[in-house]
Amino acid sequence: MWGIGKTKVIQIIIRCSCEGSLKEQAVLIENRKTGKTTAAVYEHPYIVRLCHWLNTISLFVMIGSGLQIFRAFPSFGAKIPESDLINWPKSLALGGWLGGALQWHLTFMWIYLGTGLLYLGYQIFSGNYRQILFTWKDVSGVWPMVRHYFFFGPKPVQHGAYNPLQKQAYTVAIILGVLSVLTGFAVWKPIQFSWLAWMMGGFHWARLWHFLTMWGILAFVAGHLIMVVLHGWQNFASMFTGWKKDPDYLSE
Amino acid sequence: MSLQLENHKFKSATRRELLKLTPLIALGAFAVPKLQEPLLKSGLGFSDWISKGLFRRHHMATTFNDNQLTPLDKFYVNTYDVDDPEVDLEHWTLKVGGAVQRAGDYTLANIQALPKFRQNTRHVCVEGWDAIGRYGGTRLSDFLHMVGADTSARFITVRCADDYYESLDMATALHPQSLLCYEMYDQPLTREHGAPLRLSIPTKIGYKQAKYLTSLNVTNILKHVGYWEDQGYSDYYSL
Repeated sequence: MWGIGKTKVIQIIIRCSCEGSLKEQAVLIENRKTGKTTAAVYEHPYIVRLCHWLNTISLFVMIGSGLQIFRAFPSFGAKIPESDLINWPKSLALGGWLGGALQWHLTFMWIYLGTGLLYLGYQIFSGNYRQILFTWKDVSGVWPMVRHYFFFGPKPVQHGAYNPLQKQAYTVAIILGVLSVLTGFAVWKPIQFSWLAWMMGGFHWARLWHFLTMWGILAFVAGHLIMVVLHGWQNFASMFTGWKKDPDYLSE
Repeated sequence: MSLQLENHKFKSATRRELLKLTPLIALGAFAVPKLQEPLLKSGLGFSDWISKGLFRRHHMATTFNDNQLTPLDKFYVNTYDVDDPEVDLEHWTLKVGGAVQRAGDYTLANIQALPKFRQNTRHVCVEGWDAIGRYGGTRLSDFLHMVGADTSARFITVRCADDYYESLDMATALHPQSLLCYEMYDQPLTREHGAPLRLSIPTKIGYKQAKYLTSLNVTNILKHVGYWEDQGYSDYYSL
């Protein structure tokens, strides 16, 4: 599929310690001018990358318009007497006014939902979910990673594309994504989805859960962005091209 | 198994992968001022279309016990233009027209002669606040039958003394909890809450609960959807 005609194909058996199927997929790139070879791994399948950026856009719109909607009644208590929580400047919100924000919110929620369903469907049916699904065997690996990041402990040996802390973060992010949709539907249709609203304590509380879910997602996004900055260009570029050059786990 | 590739082959492969993301640029249409409004309108229309599909005539709005009621003095009142439309309660009638067999002016006594229903339901404002109120009145469906309305028509529209106006799809109008409401908290409607007659449609958002009704029409064609809808709110907003 690469038009391998002139290219020399060599078989290298890379010793694989555990589940590292990505290691087997590594490709060596040969630079004829310098004679250097680098390894690269196709980490992110097309659908995952597409969904990542679709979600980036729709999440941005959902949060911006959501903040504008919240400005109409920035409280979770009674209307009388109204005690507002801290509100944010209009410049951080999208839509200009409540009606405009609702148009954005009720339009992009379908893109947000569609992206989520496409992503989950792809991950499940392709088996690619194993890359990021946090399971029991990852539990013991979380603390060493936290120690590494926050207290400069030794870097634990990484076996797959994602370390246990990443798996935990991405699994929680997906759960938060699902919750954002469920709480959103409870706020939007508290009667037709009365069972959803009931599970959340009714419309009034569903609105609070929807809001808290947003902060959970924002907390993930903050951590995610810090990690993107820390891990440099090759890592960032891989979310566009799918390919990551010289991933750490190949040299271990 | 591992492949060895020349650098330029790898570069064209990554470029190809990058180009596969170009469909994302289509979302940029939302940033084009001329396209933004029609796109958002159709997005909102799509949401309304889904909403209509989700509506079930036999799905009841949750009802509440008396001890869960928001006290009447803590029940917020949104006024949109005039605080007091100065309705002459003595000579008030509801003018009924459109696709009905018995068009004409109906007095409050005509309406109150129909069976009375009381329900404690949640009022949800589009702004996000909610309150649980006790509403009393006659079923809109009973009234529509009394005036001989063509219930195969698509909409009912109402006009109000404060120049507010609203419309309802027929399925919602026929919902058993949809009331022509003349009482709140077992007392005749106060001026703030729309005396002498308002809509109480617990399956709809607050701005559909028009107050100070003066006329009601049954129709297939909507010239205007409603005061807020015509400024950009959802036409259908059901809960």
